[in-house]
Amino acid sequence: MSAVAATAAEKAVPTFYVKDEHDHAEGSSTMLGFWIYLMSDCLIFAILFAVYGVLGTNYAAGPAPKDLFDLSLVAVNTTMLLLSSITYGFAMLTMEKNRVAATQAWLAVTGLFGLAFLSIELYEFVHMIHEGATPQRSGFLSAFFTLVGTHGLHVTFGIVWLVTLMMQVGQRGLIAANRRRLMCLSMFWHFLDVVWIGVFTFVYLMGMLR
Amino acid sequence: MSTDQSLFGFSSHRLGRRLASLLILPLAAMLSGCDFVVLAPSGDIAAQQRDLLVISTLLMLIIIVPVMALTVFFAWRYRQSNASATYAPDWDHSTKLELVIWAAPLLIIICLGALTWLGTHLLDPYRRLDRIAPGQPVTEDHRPLRVEVVSLDWKWLFIYPEYGIATVNEAAAPVGRPIDFRITSSGVMNSFYVPALAGMIYSMAGMETKLHAVINHEGSYTGFSANYSGAGFSGMRFAFHGQSQAGFDEWVAKAKAAGQTLDKANYLQLERPSENEPVRRYASVDPNLYQAILNMCVEPGKMCMNEMMAIDAKGGLGLEGAYNTLPLEYDKFARRGSIFGPRPSYVASICTAEEAEAAFRAARNGGDNSIGPKDHSPLRGAGLLRPWPRPELPGAMSQLDVPALSSRL
Amino acid sequence: MAVPQPVETTFLFGRLTWQAFPLHEPILVATFAVVALGGVALLATLTWFRLWGYLWREWFTSVDHKKIGIMYMVLGLIMLLRGFADAIMMRLQQAMAFNGSEGYLNAHHYDQIFTAHGVIMIFFVAMPLVTGLMNYVVPLQIGARDVSFPFLNNFSFWMTVGGAVLVMASLFVGEFAQTGWLAYPPLSNIGYSPWVGVDYYIWGLQVAGVGTTLSGINLICTIIKMRAPGMSLMKMPVFTWTSLCTNVLIVASFPVLTAVLALLSLDRYVGTNFFTNDFGGNPMMYVNLIWIWGHPEVYILILPLFGVFSEVTSTFSGKKLFGYTSMVYATVVITVLSYLVWLHHFFTMGSGASVNSFFGITTMIISIPTGAKIFNWLFTMYRGRIRFELPMMWTVAFMLTFTVGGMTGVLLAVPPADFVLHNSLFLVAHFHNVIIGGVLFGLFAGIAYWWPKAFGFKLDPFWGKVSFWCWVVGFWLAFMPLYILGLMGVTRRMRVFDDPSLQIWFIIAGLGAALIAVGIAAMLLQFFVSIMRREKLVDETGDPWDGRTLEWSTSSPPPAYNFAFTPVIHDNDAWWDMKKRGYSRPLSGYRPIHMPSNTGTGVILAGLSTVIGFALVWYIWWLAAVGFFALLVTAIGHTFNYHRDFHIPAEEVTRTEEARTELLAARS
Repeated sequence: MSAVAATAAEKAVPTFYVKDEHDHAEGSSTMLGFWIYLMSDCLIFAILFAVYGVLGTNYAAGPAPKDLFDLSLVAVNTTMLLLSSITYGFAMLTMEKNRVAATQAWLAVTGLFGLAFLSIELYEFVHMIHEGATPQRSGFLSAFFTLVGTHGLHVTFGIVWLVTLMMQVGQRGLIAANRRRLMCLSMFWHFLDVVWIGVFTFVYLMGMLR
Repeated sequence: MSTDQSLFGFSSHRLGRRLASLLILPLAAMLSGCDFVVLAPSGDIAAQQRDLLVISTLLMLIIIVPVMALTVFFAWRYRQSNASATYAPDWDHSTKLELVIWAAPLLIIICLGALTWLGTHLLDPYRRLDRIAPGQPVTEDHRPLRVEVVSLDWKWLFIYPEYGIATVNEAAAPVGRPIDFRITSSGVMNSFYVPALAGMIYSMAGMETKLHAVINHEGSYTGFSANYSGAGFSGMRFAFHGQSQAGFDEWVAKAKAAGQTLDKANYLQLERPSENEPVRRYASVDPNLYQAILNMCVEPGKMCMNEMMAIDAKGGLGLEGAYNTLPLEYDKFARRGSIFGPRPSYVASICTAEEAEAAFRAARNGGDNSIGPKDHSPLRGAGLLRPWPRPELPGAMSQLDVPALSSRL
Repeated sequence: MAVPQPVETTFLFGRLTWQAFPLHEPILVATFAVVALGGVALLATLTWFRLWGYLWREWFTSVDHKKIGIMYMVLGLIMLLRGFADAIMMRLQQAMAFNGSEGYLNAHHYDQIFTAHGVIMIFFVAMPLVTGLMNYVVPLQIGARDVSFPFLNNFSFWMTVGGAVLVMASLFVGEFAQTGWLAYPPLSNIGYSPWVGVDYYIWGLQVAGVGTTLSGINLICTIIKMRAPGMSLMKMPVFTWTSLCTNVLIVASFPVLTAVLALLSLDRYVGTNFFTNDFGGNPMMYVNLIWIWGHPEVYILILPLFGVFSEVTSTFSGKKLFGYTSMVYATVVITVLSYLVWLHHFFTMGSGASVNSFFGITTMIISIPTGAKIFNWLFTMYRGRIRFELPMMWTVAFMLTFTVGGMTGVLLAVPPADFVLHNSLFLVAHFHNVIIGGVLFGLFAGIAYWWPKAFGFKLDPFWGKVSFWCWVVGFWLAFMPLYILGLMGVTRRMRVFDDPSLQIWFIIAGLGAALIAVGIAAMLLQFFVSIMRREKLVDETGDPWDGRTLEWSTSSPPPAYNFAFTPVIHDNDAWWDMKKRGYSRPLSGYRPIHMPSNTGTGVILAGLSTVIGFALVWYIWWLAAVGFFALLVTAIGHTFNYHRDFHIPAEEVTRTEEARTELLAARS
C-alpha cells in the first residue's frame, strides 16, 4: 500500500486514497497487543519482586528462608515448569506441521506438567503454614506467599486457558484463529517460565545464601 | 508575633523587602491584616527556606513574565481582524528560535538546580545547625535542646529529656538555642510543622525523623500536623513558645509544679484516641519512654523494634520463632484482625526487662538512633562538614555529643 | 479493653445490615431522594419513548470507537457533577467553620467528601474525558476504521462505568474511604479504617483500573498498527503522538496501581504485613509505590490535552504547527522523565538531602520540554491569522493559567521550599491550577473543537462564552485565595479553623466555586441550546474550522466505517495538504467494508465484575464466588464465538456516500 503512495507522490496530484483495498488480516494486532499486555503483567511481578526485596529480610523474629525452604523440592518443581515449557515448544512445532492430534497430545503433556508444578507448590505452602510460617507471620512471609502465589495463580489460569484451547482445537482444528491463540498462550507460558527463573534465583537461591 | 518587623514582617533581609515590593504590594491594602507566616517566619531555618522560595520565584519570573506578555501580545497582534499583521501560513521552523526556546528554560533550570542542590543540603532537617542567625555561627557554647516529639491520635506529646518533663499540645524553647527535635508517631503518619520555626517533617511509627531548628524571636506560634491523620486531625494543634531563658525556665518550672508523672501505664492511657486535647504537663517522665514508643514496645511483653531488627539481622529465630506471638490484649483503636487473618497479636519479647533498659540507655546516651545502619555517606546533607572550626580529632569534641558526630564524620 | 471480635457477618448479606444505609444523615437522605427521583424520571422517559432497545443495540453493545468515545464523555460529565458537588460542600464547610463553629459537616462526612472529590475527579472525570477524546479522535486522525480490539474497547468502557458505580454506591450504602485520595496506610489499613470505606475505594479503582489498562493497550496497538498508508511516525498528528505517549504511560503505570491496591487489600482481608507498622511491614513502601503510579498519572491526564492545544492553535491560527519535531521530542522526554520524579510528593519523609535534590532537579528538568511546548504554541500564533472561536479562547486561557501553575510547581520541586509548603493550601492551589487550567480547559477546548465532528453541528457560541468567562474568572477567584492561605501556613484537609482572620479568604474561594458552578450550568445549557438549535448551527461540510488533519476529511458525524476509502498520507497536516493539492472526493468504486459486530459480552463481564466488587466490599462470599464463576464462564464462552465481524455491503456504502455527495452539491 505504501508503494502506491510513494510512486504517486511524484505526480502533480498524488493519490490520496487506496482504491483497491483488501480486508485487514484479522487479528493483525493481536500479537503486539498480547505482548504489551505481558509487559504490563511483568510490571506487576516487578512490583512484587521489589516488595520482596524491601521486606525479604523482615522476619519479625520469626523463621527465615533457610528455616523454611527445601531446595531439592524447589528443584523438582522448577524442573516441572521448565519441562512444561519445552513440551509447549513441541506443541508449537507440531502445530506448524498442522498435526492436530500430536499438538493436542503435547498440549496435554504441558498441562500435566503444569499441574504437577502447582501441586508441588501447594504442598510447599501447606507444609509451611502447618509449621506456623503463615503469610501473616512476617513481612518476609507476606511478600514470599504473594510473589510465589501470584505466579501460581498465573499458572492456574494458564491451565484453564490451555484446556479451553484444547477444546477449541478439538472443535475447529488448527484454523488461523486457533493458531493465533496458541501463539498467545505460548508467549504467556514462556513468560511465566522466565518469571519463575527470577523467583527461583531471587527468592529461593539467594534466600538460602543469606 | 515578633516585634522587629519592618514591613509585612520581613526582618533585616534585603531579599525579603524585594519580595514585599514584588509580590505583596499590589495586594497590600487587602492583605495588611494577614499573617504571612511562611513569608515572615521567626526562625532562622524557616527564614532561609523563605529566601530560597523567593529567589526561585524571581528566577522563574524571568521567563514566566515574558511568556505571558508574549501570549497576550501575539493573541492581540495576530487576531484575524488585524489585516496589517504579517501572515506566514507555512512558516513552521527556525533553528535559531528553537535553540533559544530550549536554551532559555535550560539556563534557568541550571541555575535553579544548582541552588536546589546547595539549598537542599544546607537546609537538610537532619543537618545540625551551623548558625543561629545571619552572622552568628553556632559555637561550642550552644548546647542543643533535645525535644522528643510523638504524634498521637490526635494530639502531640513533647518530652524534654534534659529537664525530665513532658507536655501535651504545648512546646517551648529559649530564643537562640539550637533545638534538636526527634520525631516519631504512635500509629498513623502525621507531619510535624511549626511554620514560624522551620519546615515540616513526617512523623512515622517505628521510625525516627529529625529536625534541627532555632527560634529567633520571642512569641507564641502555632504548630500543627500537616498530614491528614483521621477524624481528629483538625484539632491536632499546639502552641510553640519562643521564650527568653528566664521565661523558658519558668515554663519548665510550671511543668515541674504540675506534679503528674508520665510512665508507661499513663502513656498507654494518653495514647488512646481523643480530640481537641487541652494542654497537659508532666513533672517527670519515664526516661525510657521515648525509646519504647519509638520501638513500639510500650506495652509490657511486646518485642521492641530494635530487638527484632537485631534478631532479624542474625537470621530470625528459626521455626521455633514462628509461634512466638501473643494475642493482643490492649488496643489503641477500633482495631480488629482481618476477616481471614488470625486474631490480632504481637511478637513477644525475649529480652529481660533489664536487657531492654540497658539497650535503651545505650541508645539514649549514644544520642543517635541506635537502630538501623549508621550512615557514613558524605553525600548526605547530614554528613556535610560544618564551616565552623572543627577539631582535628573527634576526641576533642567530647562535650559535643561525640558518638553522633563521630558516626558522621 | 478487650479486642473487638471479628465483625459480625451473616452468610446471606455478609456485613451488610440496615445500619449501612445512612437514614440518619439528612444530607444523604435528601441527596438520595433527588437522585432516586431523577433516576426514576429518566428510566420512565426511556421506557415511554421505547428507547431501551435502541440504547442497548446502538450504544451499550456498540464496538464503534466513536460511540464508545461519546459514552466516555457522558460518563465523565455526569461524574463531574458529583465531584463538583463535593467541592462545593467542602468550600461551604471551610467558609463556615470559624469562631467555634463546627460547620455543617461532621468529621466522618467531611473526610469522605474530600477523599471522594479527589478520587472521582481524577479517576472518573478526568480519565474518562481524556480516554473518550482519544477514543473518538485517534482512529479518525490516523485514517483507521476502528481500534485494534473493538470488543475490548467496549469492555474497557463498561469496566470504568463499573468502578464509578461502586464509588457512587458508597454514597448510599455504607460509606466511602476517609483517608485522602491516595489512602496512605497505616490510616487505610484495617486497624484504623475498619469499615467498608477503603474497600469501596480499593474495588472501585481495581475494576476501573483493569478497564484503563486494557484501553491503553488497545490504543497503543491502534496507533502502531492501524495508521493509514504513508503516515510514518513523524507524520502523525500531534494529538495522536501525545495519545501514544499517554497510553504508553497508562500501560507502564496502571499495573503498579493494581499491584499496590492488591497488596493493600491483602493486608485488609488476609492480615498480611505489607504496609503495617508491626511484623516487619513498611507503610512508607506504599507511599513510594503509589506515587510511582501517581506521578505518571498526572502526565497521562495532561499530555493528550497538550495535543489538543497543538491542534487547536495551529487550526485557528491558520498555520502549520511551529516546531513539530521538537514538540514530539518534548512529549517523549516528558513521558520518560515522568517516571523519575515520584519522590517529590514526599520530600518531607526524610529521605536525605541527596535523594531529595535528585528528585527535585529531575522535576525541574521536566519544565524544560514543557516550556518548549509553550513557546512552540506561542510561535504558532506568531504571524498567524487567529480566529478567536471557543477552542482558541480556552487555549489562550490555558497558556496564561498553566504557566502560573507550572511556576508554582517548580517552586514546590525545590525541597526546602516544599518543606514549608508541602500539604498546604498552596499545594492544593498548585495542582488545581494545572489540572483545571491544563486538563479541564484542554478538555473544554477539545469538546468545542470536535463537537461538530461528532454531531454535525457547532456549539452555541453565546453560552459557550458565558461558560468560558465564568470558569476562568471563577477559577482565579477560587484558587488565588488558596495560594495566599498556603503562604499563611494553612494546611489542607482541615475541617475547622481557629484563626478568624482566615475566614474572608475562604469566603472569596467559595464565591469562586459558585462562579464555576454557574460556568458548569452555562455549559450544560450550551449543550442543550445547541441541540435545540442544531438546524441553524449545522455543518454539512464536515470541515467547519478549516481543519488540517484527517478527521475533517470525512462527513460529520462520520459514517460507521469512518472512511469509504482508506486515505493515503503525504504530509503531517494530511487534510490541509489534500485540500491544497486539489484532492477530489472519490465518487464511485465503493467496496464492501469489513467491520466488527456489536456484542453484549462487555456489559455482562463488567456488570459481573461490579457485583464481585460489591460482594467483596460487604464480605458476601457466596455472591463473590458465584460472580467469579459466572465471569469465568462468560469470558470463556465468549472465546467460542468465532464470528465477530461482518461486511457493510457495497450498496450501503454507496448509498451513504451518495447522500453526502448530494448534500455537498446542494450546498455549493
